[in-house]
Amino acid sequence: MPAESFDAIVIGAGHNGLTCAAYLARAGKRVLVLERRPLVGGAAVTEELFPGFKYSVCSYVVSLLRPEIIRDLDLARHGLEILPLESTFTPLPNGDSLLRSADHDETRREIYRHSPQDADAYDRFGRLMYRMALAVKPILSMAPPDPTSMSLKDLRGMLRFGKHFRDLEQEDFFTLYKLMTMSSADFLDEWFETDALKATMSASGIIGTFLGPRSPGTAYVQLHHYMGEIDGVFRAWGFARGGTGAVSDSIARAAEGFGARIRAGASVERVIVKDGRAVGVALENGDTISAGLVISGLDPKRTFLRLLDASDVPADFRRSIERYRMRGSSGKVNLALSELPSFTSRPGMGDHLRGAISISPSQDYLEQAYDDAKYGEFSSRPYMDIVIPSLIDPSMAPPGKHVMSLFVQYAPFELNGGWNDEKREAFGDAVIDAVCEYAPNLRDAILHRQVLTPQDLEDEFGLTGGNIFHGDLSLQQLFFLRPAPGWANYTTPLRGLYQCGSGTHPGGGICGAPGRLAALRVLQDTRW
Amino acid sequence: MLPGTPLHERTSALCLGQNWRRWAGHLVASSYELNHEREYWAIRSTAGLIDVSPLHKYLIQGPDAERYLSRVVTRDVGKCDVGRVMYTTWCDAAGKIIDDGTLARLGEDSYRLTSAQPSLLWLHDNLAGMDVRIDDESDSLAAVALQGPNSRDILKMLADSGPDLDRLRFFRLTDARLDDIPVTISRTGYTGDLGYEIWVDAERAIPLWDSLMTAGGPYGILPAGMLALDMARIEAGLMLITVDYVPTHEALLESQKSSPLEMGLGWTVDLDKKYFVGRNALAAEAARGPEWMFRGLDIDWNSLERVYGEVGLPPLVPATAWRTSVPVYRGGRQVGYATSGCWSPLLKKYIALAHLEASAASPGTKLEIELTVEHRRKRAASTVAELPFFDLPRKRA
Repeated sequence: MPAESFDAIVIGAGHNGLTCAAYLARAGKRVLVLERRPLVGGAAVTEELFPGFKYSVCSYVVSLLRPEIIRDLDLARHGLEILPLESTFTPLPNGDSLLRSADHDETRREIYRHSPQDADAYDRFGRLMYRMALAVKPILSMAPPDPTSMSLKDLRGMLRFGKHFRDLEQEDFFTLYKLMTMSSADFLDEWFETDALKATMSASGIIGTFLGPRSPGTAYVQLHHYMGEIDGVFRAWGFARGGTGAVSDSIARAAEGFGARIRAGASVERVIVKDGRAVGVALENGDTISAGLVISGLDPKRTFLRLLDASDVPADFRRSIERYRMRGSSGKVNLALSELPSFTSRPGMGDHLRGAISISPSQDYLEQAYDDAKYGEFSSRPYMDIVIPSLIDPSMAPPGKHVMSLFVQYAPFELNGGWNDEKREAFGDAVIDAVCEYAPNLRDAILHRQVLTPQDLEDEFGLTGGNIFHGDLSLQQLFFLRPAPGWANYTTPLRGLYQCGSGTHPGGGICGAPGRLAALRVLQDTRW
Repeated sequence: MLPGTPLHERTSALCLGQNWRRWAGHLVASSYELNHEREYWAIRSTAGLIDVSPLHKYLIQGPDAERYLSRVVTRDVGKCDVGRVMYTTWCDAAGKIIDDGTLARLGEDSYRLTSAQPSLLWLHDNLAGMDVRIDDESDSLAAVALQGPNSRDILKMLADSGPDLDRLRFFRLTDARLDDIPVTISRTGYTGDLGYEIWVDAERAIPLWDSLMTAGGPYGILPAGMLALDMARIEAGLMLITVDYVPTHEALLESQKSSPLEMGLGWTVDLDKKYFVGRNALAAEAARGPEWMFRGLDIDWNSLERVYGEVGLPPLVPATAWRTSVPVYRGGRQVGYATSGCWSPLLKKYIALAHLEASAASPGTKLEIELTVEHRRKRAASTVAELPFFDLPRKRA
């Protein structure tokens, strides 16, 4: 069989790799996507691990998926439907709860019940974060310029960057500065007095980081997530019909529609480098495939420290990647349920179950959960972000039955004594115990349980350190520092090797921007 | 379900079209009858009874209440005697309007402030170092507006002893018992007509409503909804927050904000006061003159006949008030935008409220307003008018 030739090989069929491939194929390039697992999607997959019950195994909600990608790749035609997740429900240990819904008046009334002043502050805070998100959001769609470079392109980029901030009102600029430097707990303390409200809001500042709500820098992460919560022009948090795998599948179909080839079950062992240039890949089964370019959608550590021979990587760059922080802090539990959980504070079925259920009763609760992790233990009473996808898309479970997705933090990758089967089950038990404090019927409703530790996330999904964002979303590794100074524009020190994963700007979440921006960069650089 | 007001039991039974709208998180009737026209005419010719309970109401009390309020609002609260009500705005430090409402002095150290937007946080922000207590009465206090030429006679039927309603002047208030229900009556309203607002404990709101409806029967009282009120307030030149101006706390851009001077509310800004929030900015603006003015636009009927006539139609005017931003031009250049407008059944005029560049805002200036005629954009001649469009002596008499 004559060897097929490809313009580009994309390593990893995560949503970014697929997006990159789709854009390249759309530009007429011959692209091959190689995926180690038997199905595409990376961390955005839907799998039926228990008959009739479909789990969004890892990533479980969509907010940041760039609208231009949905438009450009015509993802709606390829089956993508993102249904709204409309509320956030925080049950409290005292039998009360806090429910923020999509309706302004309803939410206001509910917050007013907890604190009349917070009800006013919530509106004002929302407006402020909206303006902040407006200020930052355009940056997500642009490749970060290198502030130290004197090239015309970078200078022009910095100018756009600068103009953007110059256009901010003075007050907004100061707020942005605070957001960049403060902890989310401190930032929220300036605004609110209701502990459960602050805790639930600050939770978005710690998701996927190895930081607590009182750690500096978490306020920015909160904003990063807030961008997904903006209504109107932008999109709110949502749930892909069919689970998050449906996002990947739609992008894969779009890519194939443009002529890309996708091979699952094809594990890349290394990138072949000849004279400082990437020329192809070697698979674990011994096959080699050559291509004009290689683009990695894997995380930076995996790409540069595992797939490349150490001698092919410049020492200083290698050091940067070694120092790049990818500390997994979270685990995931997926449950098949015979019935819905009934919360003591709001018994039975209700709208509060259709959105996010946040186990974040107080800032101390979150910080104490972090304390456990700091010293190498999983949180005995963790923070959790729970959704019940089957209430939004009934096809996720048999009629009348449900699936529940529990994002759990903290679970350190570097667990004292290391992770093993026993520890995994103990972790799963702690999670169920913690939820049962609020919804006691859950325990007996469980038909099947999947527990993923950070170790599992690394072993099964190739997320180094179990870090769900391909690297902490902290300021020192965002924008022009992601993943390494000077290499934030999707290029690498090796000619012919590009990166397109969440370890590049603008970072993690089902966003697709890294894949798209990498493809645009490749197309700009290359004359085929 | 979104909560109704304390009067929901009555209003929901009367609301034939079940056409509710939201006001400050409550359900209120757009109109009670299937068409709002009779309700509008009740306000102008007999009496309309309007449920205005969703207003935010704050009871502000304490030895420093006067000093405190003088800091917060633009009016000189020192001039507000007990029993007087002041219409006022309050601003941020840049002199842009946060909200507008009425401030009533209930007693020596006791005031009630009404606002369209929730204001508790802002009121508390300015409280430091003051011996003042603020209570949110929004839910515990209901309010109805009885507006129209017969409103006084109706109240007199119920208040047979006690205050002399004939002597209750415009923007004054009094405690009273109506059919033995304790209330506060203020001679205020949002219609530009003779009218009263009656403040009552939420639990007594329904008996009060029943008494008013019964006593008002012979005087042609009619419950009136928001559609009728909207027309009346435009005729009266009374602006509506978030429709005619963007409160600073909701603005996404600096340019969306308005100062009281730009809104034609310079008379509510007392620059003689040593200090109030926004004073410096407003003093500077007053010195250089505001860049914008809020005015009436009288849309020329002949011009409407002409632009509609071009397509073979008579002028079609909307049956309800509109609340959209509509460009206003002078010559070829846009010089402003109208924010609400309606056909005035009383004046037989098509009128609008507009933000105009100061240079284009002198009364009598000829401008053009955009309108869509058979899917095509046209312009109709309009004349800048002083507000209010409708101002009868009975309002103050």
